[in-house]
Amino acid sequence: MQTTMSKPQSSGPEALTSEAERQIAAAWAGVKDHLPGPAPLTARREAAFRRFEAAGLPHRRVEEWKYTDLRALMRDAKPLAQPPGEIGTVRARAAGAVLAGVDVRRIVIADGVLLKEASDLADLEPGLSIGSLADALGSGDAEVTSRLGAQSPAEKDVAFALNTAFMGDGAVIRLAPGATVARPIHLVFCFTGPVPATVFTRSLVEVGAGATLTLVESHEGPDAFDYQVNTALDLVVGDGATVDHVKIGTEGSAALHVATLTAALGRDVTFRGMVFAIGGAAVRNQLFVRCDGAHTNLMLAGATLLKGRQHADATLVLDHAIGGCQSRELFKGVLDGDSRSVFQGKIVVRPDAQKTDGKMSSHALLLSETAEADHKPELEIFADDVVCGHGATAGALDEDLKFYLMARGIPRKEAETLLIQSFVGEAIDTVAHEGIREALSAAATRWLEARQ
Amino acid sequence: MPAVQETVEQVRSIDVDQYKYGFETLIETERAPKGLSEDIVRFISAKKDEPAWMLEWRLDAYRRWLTMEEPTWARVDYPKIPYDELYYYAAPKAFVAPKSLDDVDPEILKTYEKLGIPLREQEILAGVQRPEGASRVAVDAVFDSVSVATTFKEELKKAGVIFMPISEAVREHPELVRKYLGSVVPVTDNFFATLNSAVFSDGSFVYVPPGVRCPMELSTYFRINERNTGQFERTLIIADKGSYVSYLEGCTAPRRDENQLHAAVVELIALDDAEIKYSTVQNWYPGDSEGRGGIYNFVTKRGDCRGARSKISWTQVETGSAITWKYPSCILRGDGSRGEFYSIAISNGRQQVDSGTKMIHLGKNTTSRIISKGIAAGRSDNTYRGLVSAHRKATGARNFTNCDSLLIGSHCGAHTVPYIEAKNASAVFEHEATTSKISEDMLFYCMQRGLSEEEAVALVVNGFVKDVLQHLPMEFAVEAQKLISISLEGSVG
Repeated sequence: MQTTMSKPQSSGPEALTSEAERQIAAAWAGVKDHLPGPAPLTARREAAFRRFEAAGLPHRRVEEWKYTDLRALMRDAKPLAQPPGEIGTVRARAAGAVLAGVDVRRIVIADGVLLKEASDLADLEPGLSIGSLADALGSGDAEVTSRLGAQSPAEKDVAFALNTAFMGDGAVIRLAPGATVARPIHLVFCFTGPVPATVFTRSLVEVGAGATLTLVESHEGPDAFDYQVNTALDLVVGDGATVDHVKIGTEGSAALHVATLTAALGRDVTFRGMVFAIGGAAVRNQLFVRCDGAHTNLMLAGATLLKGRQHADATLVLDHAIGGCQSRELFKGVLDGDSRSVFQGKIVVRPDAQKTDGKMSSHALLLSETAEADHKPELEIFADDVVCGHGATAGALDEDLKFYLMARGIPRKEAETLLIQSFVGEAIDTVAHEGIREALSAAATRWLEARQ
Repeated sequence: MPAVQETVEQVRSIDVDQYKYGFETLIETERAPKGLSEDIVRFISAKKDEPAWMLEWRLDAYRRWLTMEEPTWARVDYPKIPYDELYYYAAPKAFVAPKSLDDVDPEILKTYEKLGIPLREQEILAGVQRPEGASRVAVDAVFDSVSVATTFKEELKKAGVIFMPISEAVREHPELVRKYLGSVVPVTDNFFATLNSAVFSDGSFVYVPPGVRCPMELSTYFRINERNTGQFERTLIIADKGSYVSYLEGCTAPRRDENQLHAAVVELIALDDAEIKYSTVQNWYPGDSEGRGGIYNFVTKRGDCRGARSKISWTQVETGSAITWKYPSCILRGDGSRGEFYSIAISNGRQQVDSGTKMIHLGKNTTSRIISKGIAAGRSDNTYRGLVSAHRKATGARNFTNCDSLLIGSHCGAHTVPYIEAKNASAVFEHEATTSKISEDMLFYCMQRGLSEEEAVALVVNGFVKDVLQHLPMEFAVEAQKLISISLEGSVG
């Protein structure tokens, strides 16, 4: 049974009532005949746009978007981004500094375009291929087009549907069965300006059976612009593979960022995912993860550090389609100022997914009187021999702990910093790669030091 | 872990086809004409001999209802309800408010006898042997749309407690009814509550004056008897400053192939330092094993802890109804007020339960506690849906939530949908599932004394569930105990 919690929508273009919705529709009319891809993909783009047209932008009456009212957050839709010019390319080369000092293979995607000249495509490890989505769609690579968004729950989501409709470029990464890539691949997404724009990027990563890969995404842009990003990554993981995925969100302070990850995991997979959100005015990270094979082991974590009027939403749908898998989710949010964090996690255990072992926990630490934390940890269980649980907490820093540290001569500010560090540290520690882990810790520390 | 055999058998014994209260009382009935219109609302109001303000209130609600849409967000699935095909009022023929039990139709009295409900004041509830001098229970018996008997009225009056059908209260205590009716569940609250506001027929009214501890348990027993009718009861309980009252509610209906609608509204108001304890054993006809028939139980229950240090506690044991849609809630408005929700919901056959609670923390230092156990068997779906929220000014709010569920068999579903909204930094919310929290030490201790592991688990878990049952008054605990001496060791959070 599927949830039918959202109210039925009025359908047709008349549902598009807001300025932003009309601007998106106008952008679609202008661009739809020029988007790359073979006929079947064009049909899928059309269908995806119809879904948007029928429902409009997600708003608070759509259950899945209850706490992140995109219709209200998007006062307008910016024009589609143009490929970066010379200055933009220079900026793009300098992007991704959050992982400076970590030995990674950089793939740069600026203003929605994969910049080959700025990317490190030389000496690819055996079994590894990296290309651009625009090339794959242009050449009609049927394998790529059929893999894009083959995840059913994500398909229903309007933000993801818009990505499918408008996607133009991104990275296509394939790793052959049994291949191991020790050096992490860093997808550097950036927006370079010079005027506010909307960026759509879509990437596809296929990891063959028994292969090993660490993949990092970072997203950034200038503070000056209220640009809008809609990015998506489709991840297909073969049996027995090991994949680490880290997404670092350091968008500019006025940016709107909506990201979708779809992951289809085979059997005996080890998958560790991490969402680190620190930038952007309004951020939504949605993860649709499906276990298609038994004995898969999942660890999904999130660390969110917010201040000012920032809004960050992590929404997770974890579908145990097959039994015998283990999943652990740990999401931590630190909230200062008037910020608001949202965690919605849903674990689905289908009727035959016996022996599923799932545990989800989300914790929010409120540092200011005016911050807000909303949690919705959900279980949807149809199998009787499972162990599933969730825990959620929200609260301020523990005064007793603070007192303990202060009694030992540590100043108040430092004591708070230590406690917050250890709070988010638990989530950051799930990242297996030492260099990336340290880079995230350093970013968290910088955030804490900037706190007044 | 899968359910142990004992649990499976216990649940089987209360399976839908074992429904004991499915008989029908054959009496002549007077009904309102079929369907719903302003005239029907006027008809009901006239039948109850209501003052004009009450009729206006109902008509306002009816007009509002016409503009509303039936909610679809709950995880329940049922065909569209033909609101125009229902009868909104049914009462035993030639019904005039009986002066004493001797005036009540003997068939009705027999019905309550069969149900084990004591209408004669010297009688006691079935199954409970009470020593002399122990507490007694006052009963208001609601049969379809009318209250047929209210016991111990005189004795309660001596203590200053008002306990009467709400239709009488509208006439006799209009100042209280006007002041409080609709003040917790506004007329426009939701589709079913608004419908109820337009057509409610009977229910109980309780007022406990300042400083009075109600001398006995109060209870209402609801019975739907007539075909094609909906029951729309309305209950209003006011505990004035420093008072205490415990109220119990029970419900059954005959076995029929059709679905019947029960859309009730319950409002509780606790003023400074007052406490209300509200207990429900809901055993409406659940439909047969194929899902034919059964009651649609769409109920709005809400308590308002209006005064400082007031307390409202909901305890519910839900075994009946084809569909349950019910979220007994607490608005914690008064500083230092406390809300509690203890629930055991068992679904069998093709029953669908979507139930839970809302704890809305508005005042300072308010606390709440939610303990919910859901057990799904057969082809049923059992959903816990709950909201805990702390508003900006709810400094020092505390909540603890624990919701466990258990599945028996592989054709049912158990779901939890908690919403936790913290808008105040000093609020501390904890939400957890105690799935694997049966202490190894306890198991070891039992097994060391010769119990098998299964017995040990059953013993430990039963002890845990009974902890919730202790919140029921003794009168109901006996019945509830029979329904639930159930282990939850395979439970999922």
